[in-house]
Amino acid sequence: MRFKHAKLFLVGAVVLCFLVSLVENRINSYWLFISYDIGINIILAVSLNLINGYTGQFSLGHAGFMAVGGYTAAVITNQFGALNSFAAGAVFLGALLAGGLLAAVTGFLVGLPTLRLRGDYLAIVTLGFGEIIRVIFQNMNAVGGARGLSVMHGWTNFFWAFGFAAVTIYVVTALVHSTYGRGFIAVRDDEVAAEAMGINTTKYKVTAFVVGAFFAGIAGGLYAHSKQFLTPGGFNFMESIAIVVMVILGGMGNTPGVVIAAILLTLLPEGLRAIAGIEHFPGVAREFPFSWVGNARMIIYSLLLIVLMLTRPQGLFSWRKQFKSATP
Amino acid sequence: MTEFFQQLINGLAFGSILALIALGYTMVYGILRFINFAHGDIFMLGAFAGFYLAPKIAAVLPTPSIAAGLVVMGIAMAICAALGIVIERLAYRPLRSSPKLTVLITAIGVSLFLEYTGQLVFGAAPKSFPALIPSYPLTHLGGLSINSNQAVVLGVTLLLLASLRFIVQKTKIGMAMRALAFNPEAASLMGINTDVVISFTFGLGSALAAAAGILWAINYPSIDPLMGILPGLKAFVAAVLGGIGNLPGAVLGGLIIGITETFVSGYISSTYRDAIAFGVLILILLIKPSGLLGKKEIEKV
Repeated sequence: MRFKHAKLFLVGAVVLCFLVSLVENRINSYWLFISYDIGINIILAVSLNLINGYTGQFSLGHAGFMAVGGYTAAVITNQFGALNSFAAGAVFLGALLAGGLLAAVTGFLVGLPTLRLRGDYLAIVTLGFGEIIRVIFQNMNAVGGARGLSVMHGWTNFFWAFGFAAVTIYVVTALVHSTYGRGFIAVRDDEVAAEAMGINTTKYKVTAFVVGAFFAGIAGGLYAHSKQFLTPGGFNFMESIAIVVMVILGGMGNTPGVVIAAILLTLLPEGLRAIAGIEHFPGVAREFPFSWVGNARMIIYSLLLIVLMLTRPQGLFSWRKQFKSATP
Repeated sequence: MTEFFQQLINGLAFGSILALIALGYTMVYGILRFINFAHGDIFMLGAFAGFYLAPKIAAVLPTPSIAAGLVVMGIAMAICAALGIVIERLAYRPLRSSPKLTVLITAIGVSLFLEYTGQLVFGAAPKSFPALIPSYPLTHLGGLSINSNQAVVLGVTLLLLASLRFIVQKTKIGMAMRALAFNPEAASLMGINTDVVISFTFGLGSALAAAAGILWAINYPSIDPLMGILPGLKAFVAAVLGGIGNLPGAVLGGLIIGITETFVSGYISSTYRDAIAFGVLILILLIKPSGLLGKKEIEKV
């Protein structure tokens, strides 16, 4: 996809989000919370798509970056009491950016081993990093350890969730379609050839991890201030898999498809819940992964993965014929 | 000093179970060059096969007894071997010429499918594994407590390793496996039926995983459908540590990971134990990616 009116899209989307957020207290709070989840998942999926899809570095640790951002933002905002809406906005923005930056630093550290690892090894190392981050939070008493951390302010709203989703889509798409960004695709398509053409593959891989982790961190901050409760268990590797499924379903390296997949897969558990007739508690859903809904969701995810790979490896919403991987 | 030996024995028992799982990873990787993510779940299914078989066997044989334990383990191994072959046939074989990433994603899919279907079928709550074999403390020498179960784990592991070594080194199919690992194309040109050998490899690896599952359940008698995730990942780390594709390496790696983890949780903190394996993995891949006993591979364009 070409992205010609990128800035227009960005400004338009942010203004639209702001307008919707003005009337958001008229919307049913159930749907409102789901819409926040959709925004957060779009950020996660689109940012992971930069790493997994465009750069071809299969990462299984996105939830780890999300945890870093979420905990950082929550710890910062918990220092403040009640604030007026303007100050709250400023503090929240600062906290989100701080969370994003710390996640980006983590992304840099995780990106370093990718200098020499490929394919399966990289996948398992990023998975390992994600789990190590989770174990560290579990042992950190300052943030509640395994008991979890309460987040005082529920500042996430439609504006923040979808505003950042728009920014993520803009940054990732503009980056990939810039002259500089062609390098990401070159690294994915053939690393050796890219290197022979004078592309600094190491720099591109690390950049992808840093940018992807930054937005995952922002998503983590939004998640923290939407659910208002964080547990290390909420960021385990099943959560990373859920994001990976969105990217694969949408088509690796296909942002519009990934956005559609993020929306559909966020609505999927809600649909399942409706079928199962289980009452919805906003914010509680993710803490019960072993309920019937969680079970059905994961079985559907797994079948989607298997069937897609056997029949349509390029993703459901992708019309490219060939699917290229980092390791042919 | 007593505590040191106690931890060492606990670590050896844990490590030898990891070694049995790691062998499956390393054999499949040696031949197909891909990580069979679902291998840890075969281990889980082995334990559950034992759980459901035990009452049936108890009706025929007196339990707990060694004979009952052996029969249950044998049947569980056969079931899991068949399952491993079926999974390879349905999910992996159609993708044999696909990019590696496609196969990896499929393997993750198969793994999730087994775990969550397991939760649906077996229930998510942990189940307590019945006493299959007689268990009694062997010694209390100087405060050192060795349980007969730990001795059984070590003994069975040694027995299985010896039979695996016999199969791989002395039989015709073992020779075919080694040929395939060395050069798949040349092997198939020499008239080796690649599909049969790959199926056999999956069956063999899955049978070892099932045995590991039973041994695990005898030693830590609480089983649940997600029990395979962490041991599976740790066994994979063990395989990489020893040099993936290398059978003695997998055993060595399993023992090192098992002992290290037991020592860390015994002397430092048990809350960090799950991070140990991944820390080791990252270190080994940064320092010596080919593993302790692996040979360096040259990448050709």
